[in-house]
Amino acid sequence: MPEGNADIIRLNGAEKHFGAVRALGGVDFHVGSGECVGLVGHNGAGKSTLMHMVAGTLVPDSGQIGVHGGTEDNYSVSRAQQLGIRCVFQELSLCPNLSVAENTRINHASLRGFGWRRKAAGLIAAKLDEIFPGHSISASDIVGDLSIGRRQMVEVARAFTVTQDRLDLVILDEPTSSLDAHTAGQLLTFVRRFVAGGKSCILISHVLGEVLRNADRIVVMRDGKVVVADAASAFDRDRLVTAMGGAEARQKIAAQIAAAKPGASPLRVRARPAAQKDGTDLVACAGEIIGLAGLAGHGQTDLLLAIFAAASRARTGIEVTAPVALVAGDRQSDGIFPQWSIAQNIGIRSLARLRNGLLISPQREAELAAFWQEKIGIRTPDMNNNIFSLSGGNQQKALFARALGSDAQIVLMDDPMRGVDIGTKLEVYDLVREEAGRGRTFLWYTTETEELDNCDHIYVFKNGRIVANLRRDELTEEKIIQSSFGDAA
Amino acid sequence: MRPEMTAASLDTAARTSAERGALARARLLRGLLPALSLALVLLAIAWLNPRAISYFGFSLMLNLAIPIALATIAQMFVIAGNELDLSIGTFVGFVGCVTATWLKDAPLIGVAILLGSIGVYALLGALIHLRNLPSIVVTLGMSFVWQGLAILVLPKPGGKAPDWLLGLMAFKPPFVPFPIIAALLIGLIVHFGLMRTSYGVILRGSGGNPAALARAGWSLLKTKIVLFALAGLFGVLSGMALIGITTSADANIGNGYTLLAIAGVILGGGEFVGGRVSPIGAVIGALTLALAASPLLTFMHIPPDWQVAANGAILIIVLAARVLISRKER
Repeated sequence: MPEGNADIIRLNGAEKHFGAVRALGGVDFHVGSGECVGLVGHNGAGKSTLMHMVAGTLVPDSGQIGVHGGTEDNYSVSRAQQLGIRCVFQELSLCPNLSVAENTRINHASLRGFGWRRKAAGLIAAKLDEIFPGHSISASDIVGDLSIGRRQMVEVARAFTVTQDRLDLVILDEPTSSLDAHTAGQLLTFVRRFVAGGKSCILISHVLGEVLRNADRIVVMRDGKVVVADAASAFDRDRLVTAMGGAEARQKIAAQIAAAKPGASPLRVRARPAAQKDGTDLVACAGEIIGLAGLAGHGQTDLLLAIFAAASRARTGIEVTAPVALVAGDRQSDGIFPQWSIAQNIGIRSLARLRNGLLISPQREAELAAFWQEKIGIRTPDMNNNIFSLSGGNQQKALFARALGSDAQIVLMDDPMRGVDIGTKLEVYDLVREEAGRGRTFLWYTTETEELDNCDHIYVFKNGRIVANLRRDELTEEKIIQSSFGDAA
Repeated sequence: MRPEMTAASLDTAARTSAERGALARARLLRGLLPALSLALVLLAIAWLNPRAISYFGFSLMLNLAIPIALATIAQMFVIAGNELDLSIGTFVGFVGCVTATWLKDAPLIGVAILLGSIGVYALLGALIHLRNLPSIVVTLGMSFVWQGLAILVLPKPGGKAPDWLLGLMAFKPPFVPFPIIAALLIGLIVHFGLMRTSYGVILRGSGGNPAALARAGWSLLKTKIVLFALAGLFGVLSGMALIGITTSADANIGNGYTLLAIAGVILGGGEFVGGRVSPIGAVIGALTLALAASPLLTFMHIPPDWQVAANGAILIIVLAARVLISRKER
């Protein structure tokens, strides 16, 4: 077929089963040249499976794949790379023990021989400069030393580097999930330039606004099928949410919060960040949901960890009056026990209650797991399956079940909704408010301003300090931006 | 909605680059730790017995350091791929027995056997990858195989090293003792091969994030085979060097090397998982162990019965120091 064919990739009737679970049921999907296709859907809707097929890491059980007009019978990762198709996967695929330049080398078989280190370093540095001006990442940095956001920047930039193979299509799976607003903006601007240059992108994001603003065409998936595909201009937020099929309107939230006004209740946490010079404390009472806002990495996580530590060993400046549980943000490294089943992952915070004599009672563990499977809607045929059999959103639900199923009256949440689909988010928001209504206290660090709508009180952080202290009714996005970027502190 | 911003990322950038500077310093400190522990052991020896710090003293004290360094490098290749080799000690013994018999009496057959044993190592790597077997189990089994083969080749202690090997190991260069030159060479060559070449990156990456490597189109089967074959190669060199020094062999001659090699890698800054290894560190670790093993302890008048325990104590102290430094990194 001639080069001029407009379709870069076309899948017809792609199907995929994992055991008894149908991940994809006959999907037709194509990407033309010079377009940015937005792909949205709940976690578990089949987006990642579909993208693995496009990238060549998964082979469909049935269906056809065609690239640049020709049919591919033995499609694989290396074939995809030859044909100019790259993927930035949701789970970071960098080697933490290698430098940024060395990680670039892994994706380019042609970077070899004398002087390859210099070439690799030059290649990745130039691309980082192009996409993220002012990024402050050096090609010799060891990836393990970089923050999760910077790792994502490296991973994205690496996908756009070109040596000998052509580059036509880049799949970006949740590329902004660990980036702050500034770098996310830089990336999306670059994507628009890339597409304007005649290349193509597939953009997967749970931040619907990003997809609406940047995609030319939007494909909505649900339960392993494409339900709608249309020009981006034909969608608005509500239509997308309706097509994804789950979310009720957000207005409900505000109404509920207004209804449940907590009265005077006992103090649960009083904490002062280590860098705080004035006397400002973070104060949380029973039944309150406290939001920690501001740009990523300005001391919110540190304070949460300090509170967590103070629960078991007294620390100056922090007062904690009830048991504490933490829902980790980086669930792969801080949350999940990879070798364990879902039930074991949920039960670990409640071992004292699950004990029968000296041993853990499997029956009580199963009961606890079954209760939370029901309550929080973890989608799995068997809670004894390995935790990795779950999709990302369901893994996060299991971590919530771990915290909420424990005796903890204070739940610390370290931006736990990163990369989680909106349906799961809304379910968890409901649960958090319900549990707060029963007197639990939540300290909730989030990078998504929308989530702060759920909070009774918001503290904005900058450079490790609290710079603003807003009540729910005072909360506006402008105020948060002002405090985050202002000269205060 | 995410807040839009324009200018304020500059101070964040400055802050985090300072943080990363601190990280890099901590890593440098950790990287210097093996050298520091070696210097400490040398200082102790110099203080206890100043005469040992001489050309002749070093030649004597570091006599056995070359085979230990080579065995440590062999183990390091295996550890770089997130595996562990419990058979390296008996393998070194087996190679020693072959060197003292076949390699001297029928060099062609001897070479063929040694090359074949490297091939066996490569096959072990393939087996471990293809069948997804725990390397500890496979190599533990293999350690008995090598031991048995060694006894078959040399039922009782004896044999003789080939003359060219004796000549090589007895080499006395001017000014710097041979073991030091050899250790430097081994460290630099392996450092170049594993840390600087483009395929070395792939080998280390296979320990750092195998899934990422597979996604980029690299064969994990090949990396595992290469790593194990390199382990076999350096195991063979270690056995030959050992026999070149001791002149005759014994089926049990290498048994202590398994744990020495693992300790050397860890002492040299390597980690059991994650592809974090350092060839130069591993050689330094091996030298430290070789010095601490007997010369230092003999000078300290510690009876041989206690030397193994004292060796363990040194290991614990160094590893504890490393943990303290890593904690500071946070």
